[in-house]
Amino acid sequence: MISRRRSGTALLGAIVGAATLGVAHAAEPPLKVGLLEDVSGDLAFMGMPKLHGSQLAVEEINKSGGVLGRQIELIHLDPQGDNARYQEFGRRLLNRDKVDVLIGGITSASREALRPIVDRTTTPYFYTNQYEGGVCDANMISMGAVPEQQFSTLIPWMVEKFGKKVYVIAADYNFGQISAEWNRKIMKDLGGEVVGEEFIPLGVSQFAQTIQNIQKAKPDWLLTINVGAAQDSFFEQAAAANLNLPMGSSIKIMLGFEHKRFKPPALNNMHATANWFEEIDTPEANDFKKRWHAKFPDELYINDMGYNAYNALYMYKALVEKAKSTKLEDLRKVIATGDACIDAPEGKVCIDPKSQHTSHRMRLISVGPKHEVTVEKDYGTIQPYWLGQIGCDLTKKNDKDQYTPSHLPSKS
Amino acid sequence: MSAELFSVFYQFADVFAFLILSAAGLAIVFGMMGVINMAHGEFIMCGAYVTVGLVNLGVPLPVAQILAAVTAGLIGVVVEFLIVRRFYKRPLDSLLATWGLSLIVTQSMLLIVGSAVRGIGTPEGSFAIGEYTFSTYRLVLFGCAVAVLVGLYIIFMKTRFGVIARATMQNAAMAKALGARTGRIYAISFGIGTGLAGLCGALYAPTMTLIPTMGATFVVESFVTVVVGGANVLLGTAPAAVFLAMIRMALNASYGQIIGQIGMLFAVILIIRVLPEGLSSVLVRRGR
Repeated sequence: MISRRRSGTALLGAIVGAATLGVAHAAEPPLKVGLLEDVSGDLAFMGMPKLHGSQLAVEEINKSGGVLGRQIELIHLDPQGDNARYQEFGRRLLNRDKVDVLIGGITSASREALRPIVDRTTTPYFYTNQYEGGVCDANMISMGAVPEQQFSTLIPWMVEKFGKKVYVIAADYNFGQISAEWNRKIMKDLGGEVVGEEFIPLGVSQFAQTIQNIQKAKPDWLLTINVGAAQDSFFEQAAAANLNLPMGSSIKIMLGFEHKRFKPPALNNMHATANWFEEIDTPEANDFKKRWHAKFPDELYINDMGYNAYNALYMYKALVEKAKSTKLEDLRKVIATGDACIDAPEGKVCIDPKSQHTSHRMRLISVGPKHEVTVEKDYGTIQPYWLGQIGCDLTKKNDKDQYTPSHLPSKS
Repeated sequence: MSAELFSVFYQFADVFAFLILSAAGLAIVFGMMGVINMAHGEFIMCGAYVTVGLVNLGVPLPVAQILAAVTAGLIGVVVEFLIVRRFYKRPLDSLLATWGLSLIVTQSMLLIVGSAVRGIGTPEGSFAIGEYTFSTYRLVLFGCAVAVLVGLYIIFMKTRFGVIARATMQNAAMAKALGARTGRIYAISFGIGTGLAGLCGALYAPTMTLIPTMGATFVVESFVTVVVGGANVLLGTAPAAVFLAMIRMALNASYGQIIGQIGMLFAVILIIRVLPEGLSSVLVRRGR
């Protein structure tokens, strides 16, 4: 118990710097943090760890004196995976509750539903998932990994190890479509071939035909970016049909913990690149996991979204305390210095001033027949460089747009 | 070539089984009894969860599946007695009541059991024909679907209970006057319906992710099949499933799942427009 508290304080000390700890004022009103995470509906199993991560961070921060001496009040609403509710609740948190910061959103569809509403305010918004990348928006700070951290590492590795032919099964919404576009671009650069692409409506759970289409196309490996509990049934059905192909993904294992939810060996030979997965074995990670499981003993798996949600609050705290303000423009001044960093359980992560995305230490993991997770390769820290390269520079101009390999900023 | 042919049959069988198993229970509850059971998916979910729970306790899978169907059936009888019974003369209100039940059940499951349950894995067994490999269990599902159809036919066409049940559904007052215990008939029929929903969940449990809202993935297909089948469920459901499975399979194979789904729903709109009474109206007219 004591060592847990101590390490928590140590982490905090590193983030804050001792000086700011003394400014506590009991009378200060709390900082309001609005949180939108699905804890019911098709994505509840992923959203629950996000809520838990946020609760854990808030509890730790409040116990050790709050942010600039102010306690955090977490206001969580459950949009149940419904984009219209995301908008409704987003407006409610921003306009009625007047939250100081908004955090959350699971699917990219929910994020894009929320972003125009956030953009009309001067409230900072943290998106805490890995995603298909490309959002260049001054209100948004992205805490998760993006394609240059996930796909530019994973796909070349898969091509080298298994071969040049890939078949893609992707969820049919912006995340799946844009991720598939990234795959096409990277495969083209590598001289590989996309032998098939199948987009699947959310909620579809039967894959016998897909499995046969794959066998007909004879790929060397599969890129599985299917989303949600229903679509995850693919793995069970593919294993039952003895499909037996290597798989790669940007969302499986560390995010959907399919290796914990399905009976082995359904996820055998799955590969993913991740900044966090529960099997990371470092002192910092182990300490973090211990604190998490002490608070939430029933958690099946601490996924990367939950982990990123936890980090988001510490990142927000670091920004506010450096800026000595909760205003978005002041926080962005801190980000512009390139010095917006925290010591996270994965190691030091920093916000890139141009894109407001986060650097991450990336590792490539694979799953074995007994669903054991092995680290195949450690890439070290990878910057979120792509947006900066194509001309997004939020320190100069707020594009409020999402770019993809086929939708680049106009040169002007 | 034979591999291609078998593949076509297998895909058809797979969609057909899915449609029949998800629709069979609803065919009785909605098609015959006229109860718009919005909690149909939750009875399917119940069957799946009971199966997985029993298997985790060490019960062999087939036994667990039968017990799960029985459990869903018994719960159905209780639900009929407590709730549905009061709504036979108010079908639109039954929609609201069962929808409320569905919401309560999914949220309670989420709170009690949690957001995800570890799966039990599909029974071993796959076979290869040509370049394709197939899961044996999917053929078992097809066999079960056919068995369900045959079983329903026998129960409702060849037994005394079936005759009285059909009489009750057609004219409850007259059946009652002739001495049928209609209350009990309704309860048993509803129980058979939810039991079949439970069986659907039990059979698909090994192949799917278990979450409290999993019933939703079956509900659209089941309503669509029953509606296309039309008023005479015993005659209508099977041809409806054959028809929809053909369309979906052909479109899935050539254009992928999105077009498959859109195409099937489009076909449903056409059918309802052209044959408001469903496929069975044509069949019955021919029969006469």
